Amino acid sequence: MWWRSASFILDKQQNDAVPKLRNPPDTLTPPSPPPLSMPDTLQNPNPQNNISAYYQTRAAHHAVVTSDWLAQAQAAVGSDLDGAPETGVPTVAGKPFSVIDEFNSWRKQPDLAEAVAAIRALAAVIRNCQATTMMELEIELKKASDSLKLWDTTSISLTAGCDLFMRYVTRTSALEYEDFNSAKSRLIERAEKFGEISCKARRIIAMLSQDFIFDGCTILVHGFSRVVLEVLKTAAQSKKLFRVFCTEGRPDRTGLRLSNELAKLDVPVKLLIDSAVAYTMDEVDMVLVGADGVVESGGIINMMGTYQIALVAHSMNKPVYVAAESYKFARLYPLDQKDMGPALRPIDFGVPIPSKVEVETSAWDYTPPQYLTLLFTDLGVLTPSVVSDELIQLYL
Amino acid sequence: MDSRRAPRTASDPKVRKVGFFTAPPDRSLSGPPDHPIFSFPTSPPPVVDNSSPSAGNSLSPVMIPPPRHSSATLSPLRRDSAELFPPSVSPTSPASFSDDVAAAVMGRGAVAASSSLPGGLGFDIAAVKSAASSVPASGLTTVSVVNNLPIGISEKGGGVAVEMQNDQSTRSKSLKEKTTKAERRALQEAQRAAKAAAKAEGGKTPAAASGAAASVNTKSTKSVKPPPSQKNDNATVAASEKKGGDRPPEKDRKKEVPQPRMQYDDKSRVEKAKRRAVVKQTEARNRVELFRHLPQYERGTQLPELESKFFELDPMHPAVYKVGLQYLSGDICGGNARCIAMLQAFQEAIKDYSTPPEKTLPRDLTAKIGSYVSFLIECRPLSISMGNAIRFLKNRIAKLPLSLSESEAKTNLHSDIDRFINEKIIIADKVIVKHAVTKISDGDVLLIYGSSSAVEMVLLHAHELGKQFRVVVVDSRPKLEGQLLLRRLVGKGINCTYTHINAISYIMHEVTRVFLGASSVLSNGTVYSRVGTACVAMVAHSFHVPVLVCCEAYKFHERVQLDSICSNELGDPDVISKVHGREDINFLDGSDNSAILQLLNLIYDATPSDYVSMIITDYGMVPPTSVPVIVREYRREHLWI
Repeated sequence: MWWRSASFILDKQQNDAVPKLRNPPDTLTPPSPPPLSMPDTLQNPNPQNNISAYYQTRAAHHAVVTSDWLAQAQAAVGSDLDGAPETGVPTVAGKPFSVIDEFNSWRKQPDLAEAVAAIRALAAVIRNCQATTMMELEIELKKASDSLKLWDTTSISLTAGCDLFMRYVTRTSALEYEDFNSAKSRLIERAEKFGEISCKARRIIAMLSQDFIFDGCTILVHGFSRVVLEVLKTAAQSKKLFRVFCTEGRPDRTGLRLSNELAKLDVPVKLLIDSAVAYTMDEVDMVLVGADGVVESGGIINMMGTYQIALVAHSMNKPVYVAAESYKFARLYPLDQKDMGPALRPIDFGVPIPSKVEVETSAWDYTPPQYLTLLFTDLGVLTPSVVSDELIQLYL
Repeated sequence: MDSRRAPRTASDPKVRKVGFFTAPPDRSLSGPPDHPIFSFPTSPPPVVDNSSPSAGNSLSPVMIPPPRHSSATLSPLRRDSAELFPPSVSPTSPASFSDDVAAAVMGRGAVAASSSLPGGLGFDIAAVKSAASSVPASGLTTVSVVNNLPIGISEKGGGVAVEMQNDQSTRSKSLKEKTTKAERRALQEAQRAAKAAAKAEGGKTPAAASGAAASVNTKSTKSVKPPPSQKNDNATVAASEKKGGDRPPEKDRKKEVPQPRMQYDDKSRVEKAKRRAVVKQTEARNRVELFRHLPQYERGTQLPELESKFFELDPMHPAVYKVGLQYLSGDICGGNARCIAMLQAFQEAIKDYSTPPEKTLPRDLTAKIGSYVSFLIECRPLSISMGNAIRFLKNRIAKLPLSLSESEAKTNLHSDIDRFINEKIIIADKVIVKHAVTKISDGDVLLIYGSSSAVEMVLLHAHELGKQFRVVVVDSRPKLEGQLLLRRLVGKGINCTYTHINAISYIMHEVTRVFLGASSVLSNGTVYSRVGTACVAMVAHSFHVPVLVCCEAYKFHERVQLDSICSNELGDPDVISKVHGREDINFLDGSDNSAILQLLNLIYDATPSDYVSMIITDYGMVPPTSVPVIVREYRREHLWI
């Protein structure tokens, strides 16, 4: 299986000159108005406490929200949920330039991940920055990324993306020796490059993971992940024969959406309720999941239910693969499930729940690295323990 | 191995074994064997006729260099041979010699043809045959033959050996035991000596026979390993003497023999000698065979000696001397404290240092520091943190630009040491505390074991932050360090539970986090820490309680260690056999000198990385698998610059 090695595939990937999915529409970035000073954006512009922005984003991106859920969510949150982030950030609206606006405009592109949108927005910050010294620029950038992170504290990939951008862009010491303008243009260059890399990440992952999908295999997927969809799509396009088991993905039914997408690609799909995972596991050849965040231990944080699927797969000796872009690598180290801030979301049980009954509303769980087989990332196919190596090299 | 070994250690005379060996076939036979040569398993200490000679065989640990090399030990043949030999040693004094010889032969045998031996010497052919039958290899057979010869030799050997024997006392520790576990240092030196001896001896012919053999025996390769190249430890030792071709080395050996003696006799000697002396002291006691390679130091005995030697010591700086004595008496313990004390002593020493005429500062100072270090080693084996700090310091000295004046160089070093202490220890601890506190949340029950300064700071800081948590302090005999820590924690108003490690599995179910300190973290993620840590971590793992290890990155080491045996430290065995102030339960009183009682007081153990959830270091919180990354990425740039 030597040809499955990451470096080999990466080389091949480069040689193949993969068509770029999307060219970064740099020209689209808004004209640069006056310098941004946005102390106001530093307070959390996201007023809802009840529902994490994480969930909102997902809800907005994944259209499979049922009407009854919406009704309940609205009742729970108040009137202005609507999933429209713009309305959530009214304070910044009047400002000439704001990262948040920038971020939101990027975010509207359905295919663009949140972190990539943030990266783009931060790149725009550099471009629009009127600072005259590197220090100022860095401070500005820091403020912008802080406000972005504050916008949704529960989104791991957003935080990680911002951090990574900061590291990537400001890391070189060489910048100190240049005059400001060339340094700035260098920064912008890097920022664009980073944005581009992030954009292509999904494509690279799809290419890397093709060797793991063999004819006749059965893949169990959980939740809706654009990377996973990309992987499966690429496999289907290259005429591989495989079938997919989709979990339902309660409560937001993300599995339904994935099965819709796959059905469009003529991939045989079977839909399972979440509790049927163990029942079907012996038919499954591999488990493929996405990730909201990849943490330092090499474990992943992903939609609720991933952990139990990984446990079942582990006990049946099935490989568990994770497809995740490298901008989701976060400097977090949860020790157990309760060791991270919960991302809450409402759950629709279809019947009224007595007020005395408590409902577990966390949206994600943590899967420890020992239950994961490999991570497909744009850095290559990694074992969980390499994640920490990469993070250390990036951050220290 | 363990199972086999355990029995042996208990009842058998000490036999040198190399590598992995099977238990002696008949332990029950311990009575005097008919054939002294072959009766190895049985041979009990009492059997030995000439105690002195036998003792001579056993020799001080120094002399018994156990070569660990080589495939030879591993090969089945070798193993067999090794077993055969040991028995022969004990029964009669001559026999004992023969053992040595035999061992030597083995080593040689492998190299040299068996033929040379048998022909030249009037050894028992039958014995050889028997040996041969047991072991297919020709080399082995030769060994057996050798045994007979030694008889004449034994006397001489005994005389020589006697001095060394003192330590070991009556017990005839077989060569094998010692060899197997003998200190590496001893080995190395012995090997060197052996080489030299071998060269010299080369001229001699096997014909020398009994007379020659006798002389050879006296030197008895044991003291020095003659054939360094040869694989078998035991075998090698003995081999040098007996092998026909090898025999010649006798003369050399003789010459060399005195050296080791002198070294350990003369305690005021150089550090190495001193170290040997320390070992020697411990030799008198029964030591667990597996751990013979470790220096054992007895408290109380060394202190007066060292004190009396104060003026004989090579110009030892008083600050270093003081620190050494503090190590010895246990006044300073704990990785960080020891390291800081040592560095500060070095600072003092450097301040008072002046380059002797016709020498350069970097070289001379490095040598000086080296001598200090070996003094400290004698007082107590270095911890890995100290080793790293010394490496840092020596590196700094070596990198000093020659253009610097002496005073500038000294100031430079002074500030380098300050920087090291500050950045690598003090600030690192602060960072660790900052990280670790994030893992403590309200309602947690934290279990701690031993007394780690970093962990203590974490708890105090978390308490200052107003976190509501409870601490379970787990302690263990003999040090009971936890009590001190407990006292300090309670003094700060932290809610504590105190228990001994015996109750660990009971208490663990209510624990939510385990915080441990570490003496070192090795590059396979193994945590090297106070003995008992591995037990705590394993129990925690089986209860699914996360184990967090707090360790400064300067304690990381690129070594890989799989068990707690090959590198460890032995504490005073008395403290585990006696409970201070409890006369009523000191059941072991009076059995101290029993030859079949061995006490093992290990100081450290190795916790496999599987049981460690996270290592908190100054570079952040990392999984144990990332230790090599940190070592790789930062060792050079931060520590060694």
